[in-house]
This record gives sequence, structure tokens and C-alpha cells, in this order.
Amino acid sequence: MHDLGGMDGFGAIDAPLTEPPFDAEWEKAIAAMQLACFRGGWFGIDSFRHGIELMDPVTYLTTSYYEHWLHSIEHHGISHGHIDPEELDRRTQHYLAHPEDPLPEHAASPELLEFVDAVVTYGGSAQRPTDTAQRFEVGDVVRVRDASPQGHTRLARYVRGKVGTVIAYRGSFVFPDAAGNDRGEDPQHLYTIQIDGGELWGNEHAEPRTSSTFDAWEPYLDVVHQHEGAPR
Amino acid sequence: MSIENRGKKEVAARVKALESMMIEKGLLTTDMVDRFVEIYENEVGPQLGAKVVAKAWMDPEFKARLLEDATAACRELEIGGMQGEDMVVLEVTDEVHHAVVCTLCSCYPWPVLGTPPNWYKEPQYRSRMVREPRKVLADEFSFPIPDTTEIRVWDSSSEIRYWVLPQRPGGTDGWTEDQLAELVTRDSMIGVGPTKAAS
Repeated sequence: MHDLGGMDGFGAIDAPLTEPPFDAEWEKAIAAMQLACFRGGWFGIDSFRHGIELMDPVTYLTTSYYEHWLHSIEHHGISHGHIDPEELDRRTQHYLAHPEDPLPEHAASPELLEFVDAVVTYGGSAQRPTDTAQRFEVGDVVRVRDASPQGHTRLARYVRGKVGTVIAYRGSFVFPDAAGNDRGEDPQHLYTIQIDGGELWGNEHAEPRTSSTFDAWEPYLDVVHQHEGAPR
Repeated sequence: MSIENRGKKEVAARVKALESMMIEKGLLTTDMVDRFVEIYENEVGPQLGAKVVAKAWMDPEFKARLLEDATAACRELEIGGMQGEDMVVLEVTDEVHHAVVCTLCSCYPWPVLGTPPNWYKEPQYRSRMVREPRKVLADEFSFPIPDTTEIRVWDSSSEIRYWVLPQRPGGTDGWTEDQLAELVTRDSMIGVGPTKAAS
């Protein structure tokens, strides 16, 4: 249900001028828990996203961003055996009946605070080297594969089968279709392609002088024709 | 109690239950939660992106470096990190306007803009922005783009984090970098709103 580009029926955007970074106390805990789970090896970013994508569509559309995070953390915690679902249910019932009851006593951990500071300050790039030769260059005209892969993918439906132009080469990055489905990082070359609005939505429907750019890993693309003067 | 409030109480209880289990496993401490929240409530936010934009308006060489490699240029100002490991800045001109979306989840350049606003994460913006950007900007953000200006929508479908360098407002000759930074809004760096006017 996450793949929303171009879908109808969602209506008006409610964009207040200001809002707090976190709407509720539990959102703060969930946000920090995601980092703790990365550190604990429960998931990487791609499998974390896949955990959200496995949500029931009705629930996905009627719950908030951080509830999506809760769903993925629970999914991975339980499926990888880190969390006993019955114990989680039992404690949930307890805190529902006694919301003010404290969390377990625990020692401070300078190491965990240092981890938060390090991740926020430096992050972790998904760029990875690859020995594979680059198939496309800026200026090449490419078609996005019209495929419906099982499991996690970043091949959005609205660009499938569409023709665009490579406008940038970004380097080689972890391939979500591998990493998000527990098949290793399998780095692939990444390109930014620009697709005209008319190609995406039909000339009679598209707004004039609009385009979308989309970052596509090499396996998502087939060549239509190479730019003039290409050395191949 | 309304169904909605009952639902939120259940979510809060479930999060607390999960939190208690992670604490017992030594994966999490309450200090870690507090530190994370402190950073995104008080330290990392759109004021950092505004500082970068203002410097680019003042310093053509910095602007060239920013457009060439935004991650490296931001690092000169000690700005960078999670969800901004590989950033690309898009320069608005009279001919081309840029705006950013993530149709697949809610990817957003946290180191320069902070945590994303709710509307950026919700289906309305994510579904419509690629399909009808002119209408969304005009009707939903009161930010009409002239028909003669091209609009490029950047879908953050990879780990590249895009954000927008808006045009410097007129009437700001002789302004300092700090004064200019005050004019830069979060929305202008997403591409859905104007900078503030000089007054």
C-alpha cells in the first residue's frame, strides 16, 4: 500500500504552518528504538521499509508514520526471535491497565549515547563499490522495466514501462531488491532519470512543462538508445 | 472514550511494553531516547539548511561547491549525518522550479531540515505531487508557479536526499548571512513554498 505515486482519491493536503517534531511521548520512544534495532542487527534500512510494506493496507492508510515504524520493529523483532509475542502482549495489557507504571530500572549506558551522537552526526552511507562496468551514461534514453517483483523493491509502479533520460550517475549503492529481501547488499549502479509528465500520465492528462525524476538502480533499466557521440 | 483515543492508548502501551523488553536486553536506555529527542527538537532542524542557503547566496564559490557535492559542502559547516549521507541540492532559476517528494515512503534530508512534517509523510502529498505538481503547489500550498516555468519533481526513491536552493529574495543587497538565513523557510527548501520577502 506504500507505493502511492499517482494514485487518486486521497484528497486535500493538510499542511499546518508549524507542528512539533513529535506529536506524542510514545513517538519519541519509537524513533529512538529504530536506531537501537539497527545497532542490534534486527534490520537494515531496506528490510525496515519492507516491514512497513507488509502492513495490512487499511491499517497502513489509517495509522500514523511512527505507528508504521512500530509495526516494522515488531515484525522483525518477532520474526527473528528477539521478541516473544506473548510476552509483548502480556506487557501491553499491563501498561494499558497501569499506564503510569515505570519502565524497568536500568543502568546508564554512555556507549549507547555515543552511538546516537555518532549516527546522527555521520550516518552510514549506502554507497558500496562494485566491479561491474557501468551500462549507462548521462544522455542515454532508457526504459524502466515493466516488472512486478515479489517482496521489497523501489521500482515504483508509476514509472514502470516508462521512457526517460539519464541525467546523473550517482555511484554504486546497496540494491534494495536484494538487501530488503535478506539477499545481501549486491551493490548496483544508480542513475537519476528524468521522465516527462506526458510520458508518465499521457499528453492529454499531464500538466504542461512538468517532469518527475526518479533514482533507478541499473537492473531497473533497459537501453532505448545511447546518446549521440557515445563511445560505444 | 472514543475509538481513536482508545487506539492511541493501546499504541502507547504497546510501545512501552516493547521499550521495557528492549531495555532489559540492554539495547536501549531512557537516556538514549531523551538524547535522540533532544537532538531533533533542539539541534537539528531547518535552521541548518537555511544557514547553508544563505551562505550559498553570499558566496558564489561555496554555491558552486554545494551544487557540485552538497554533502561535502555541508560538511564544511559541520552539517551532515543520518538521512543525509548523500545529498543533492537543486537550484531554482527563473526557468526551472524544483520540488521534492518520496512516493514510496517518506525519505527526507534530516540533517538540513530536521524530521519531516506530517503532511510530507501522508498519502495525500505523496500520491498527488508527481501527478499534478502545479495544482498541488497552487491549491494546497498557495504557491503558484508561472505556466512558463518548468517544474521538476524529484522522487526520493534511493538514498540520495534532494533539497532545494531557492532564489535569493530581491531587496536584500548588503544583508548579512544571518539576516538572509532568517528569510529561508523549510518549505522553500522542499520546493513547496516561497522564501520570506525582505521587509
